[in-house]
Amino acid sequence: MNTLTLPSPTAFRTSVTDESVLDEAGHAESTLQVTAGTKIRAEDVNAWFGKAHVLKDISLDIAERRATALIGPSGCGKSTFIRCLNRLHEVVPGARYKGRILLDGEDIYHRALDPVLLRRRVGMVFQRPNPFPTLSIRDNVLAGWKLAGQRPKDPDGLVERSLRQAALWDEVKDVLNRSGSSLSGGQQQRLCIARALALEPEVLLMDEPCSALDPIATAKVEELIHELKERYTIVIVTHSMQQAARVSDFTAFLYLGELVEFNTTEAIFTRPANQRTEDYITGRFG
Amino acid sequence: MKTHTDRAYEDELGKLREELLLMGAKVESMVAASVRAFSERDYDLARRTIECDHEINRLEVEIDGFCLSILARRQPVASDLRFLTSALKLVTDLERIGDLAVNISERTIDLAVDPPQRSYPNLARMAETVQSMVHDALDAFVASDPAKAQWIIEQDRVVDSLYSQLFHEVLVFMMDDRSAIHRGMGVQAIAKHLERIGDHATNLAEQVVFMAKGRDIRHQASLEPGTTT
Amino acid sequence: MDGYLRRKTFDILARWGSLAMVLVALVPLIAVLGYLVMKGAGGLSWAFFTQLPKPVGEVGGGMANALTGSAILVGLACLIGLPVGILGGIYLAEFGDNAFGKVVRFCADVMSGVPSIAVGIFVYGLVVLSMRRFSALAGAIALAILMQPIVMRTTEELLRLVPMTLREAGLALGLPKWRVILGVVLRTGASGIATGIMLAIARVAGETAPLLFTAFGSRFISLKLDQPMGSLPVQIYTYAVSPYEDWHRQAWAAALVLVGLVLALNLLARVLTRQPGQGR
Repeated sequence: MNTLTLPSPTAFRTSVTDESVLDEAGHAESTLQVTAGTKIRAEDVNAWFGKAHVLKDISLDIAERRATALIGPSGCGKSTFIRCLNRLHEVVPGARYKGRILLDGEDIYHRALDPVLLRRRVGMVFQRPNPFPTLSIRDNVLAGWKLAGQRPKDPDGLVERSLRQAALWDEVKDVLNRSGSSLSGGQQQRLCIARALALEPEVLLMDEPCSALDPIATAKVEELIHELKERYTIVIVTHSMQQAARVSDFTAFLYLGELVEFNTTEAIFTRPANQRTEDYITGRFG
Repeated sequence: MKTHTDRAYEDELGKLREELLLMGAKVESMVAASVRAFSERDYDLARRTIECDHEINRLEVEIDGFCLSILARRQPVASDLRFLTSALKLVTDLERIGDLAVNISERTIDLAVDPPQRSYPNLARMAETVQSMVHDALDAFVASDPAKAQWIIEQDRVVDSLYSQLFHEVLVFMMDDRSAIHRGMGVQAIAKHLERIGDHATNLAEQVVFMAKGRDIRHQASLEPGTTT
Repeated sequence: MDGYLRRKTFDILARWGSLAMVLVALVPLIAVLGYLVMKGAGGLSWAFFTQLPKPVGEVGGGMANALTGSAILVGLACLIGLPVGILGGIYLAEFGDNAFGKVVRFCADVMSGVPSIAVGIFVYGLVVLSMRRFSALAGAIALAILMQPIVMRTTEELLRLVPMTLREAGLALGLPKWRVILGVVLRTGASGIATGIMLAIARVAGETAPLLFTAFGSRFISLKLDQPMGSLPVQIYTYAVSPYEDWHRQAWAAALVLVGLVLALNLLARVLTRQPGQGR
């Protein structure tokens, strides 16, 4: 087990003490344990859909105010894992779960913890932009409050702040009353991000946020993630390895429900320790 | 070792590998030829060796261009990325070795005016060691074998010490016999070129380690991390 | 080239043939409307809409009782049938992916095919006999029973059309499930549900048979729910089978009004289907 004291991005090279050496057997011990600034810790997380065992003993640390990417082929469980982090997994009929997930040290599956409250601390953005079609842009941003029957302090300020954080303010500030679905795909996705940020969460989960977007919109969202990292902890699931390489600080590679390797993004993409990781990221999965 | 799902990509990497080996083989034979040309005073061979440089330069440009194209189109990662960046560096070192072989041949031709004199066993030893260093570096590249690299790095120390011995030897002779100065300086220059070839062969070896293991051991004494020269 | 000619010929035949069939299908509709307008327009007057029927045999009078009666009956039917239908539809859409849901759906489908006269007799036996009188309440109950399966299935279908991603978005915002259903799912499907309601009302407003055994009919405007109440379809029937010329005229007019109402509701449903504010 390698221990890593959480590096600040510029001091990265000097503080990493890893020993990722390519092991021909492909089973090098390569899990990275983040000792400082852990926002979420997963311990032996298992998940099932009916009889299908989709997550097998996943143990992982999500670093605070960093972006962690989950990569892996389709069906490897990365979306399932991310949905365990905000307890959206259990909403699916037939879904089962076992294990511990700690948010700031507290078990989120504890009986006394209301999933509804959890989801206000851990927000989520989905693959297809899903603004509420019957609400205006402004009401979409405030949806988390209004639909819950609550009134935020200074709603106009909140709308502006959230839209600015989502890099959408300048494009929509004059048309806040237009329907949410009148925007382009990329704008809709940023609207969904603003909607999630309006609740002032601590963690933002992103499930393939750019897969339905064109390259320019993708670039804007990726740029956004760089900015958001300074305030929020980001966990992003992505099919695109280049995106994971561009955007994240840490990368976890999942395969068939197992965590194969977890390390800094730079290590994973220049010298992965596990042969399976190497095969997947270089395109040798035939 | 699994192959890339994309056959065309796999073929491109294979082609790159072949071109590198071709260049390596040519450079190796250039070094051998230049050394033989000196020891046998074969000026024709020396001239032919100098001609070979065109081919080496052409290969350098071609391989560099090919690497750039693959980098742009394939966005390689991990071992592929290391292979490509190593290829770029290997090509530079190989081209320099070729230039040095040319330099040796030029010196040989230059020394034609001098009568044959004593032989220098240290020089012969240097030449032999350096040639096997180049050969082994290329072997290590083919086999992706970082263990050989360690041996090559050690040999470089041997070459360096041979060089300084030879340098002083020649210096003494030159001080004794003024007519031997032209020849002596020629020999010293050739020795310097050989020593430089050894350095470049060491670079090749270090790149092979990086390519195979992902560890950058340049400017370190050995494969052990943390040690420095 | 021969194949091409053959295909071309067939294309023309098919084209004109189907157009002809469409025209044939439109004939009854146009004929009915045209005939109604011809026969009924003359009977429309201010008196028709505002006056009560005159005693038997006398000329003149209007259908104010039937109009208000229909309005009250349909309104009351909505009050009873809509909540049941909508809530039932919500249940089926959100929680009904089980055996119980299948059974409920089947029953609803069967119910919407049951002849309305059977429903009328059922309510007669259940309500009229126990109350020992015909009443508006019984009529409303019968109409509600007819309306409910349509509303329920339409609501369910429409709510199922709301994509899962919207529900997930609501949940991910930390909304409890019931708020997601009300605030997101229902709100998104609202216009569709309104359409379903319009269509259900249009269907139910013209039902005659069940009302014959339940609300029975009345020549007066009344607001009492435990008394018989007039309605447009029943009045049309009564007048049409009578021997009086004047009543026949009024029946035509009433039929025109009824059809006009159905037409208006369908148009309204169509208008509502186009969601405003969405660039389409």
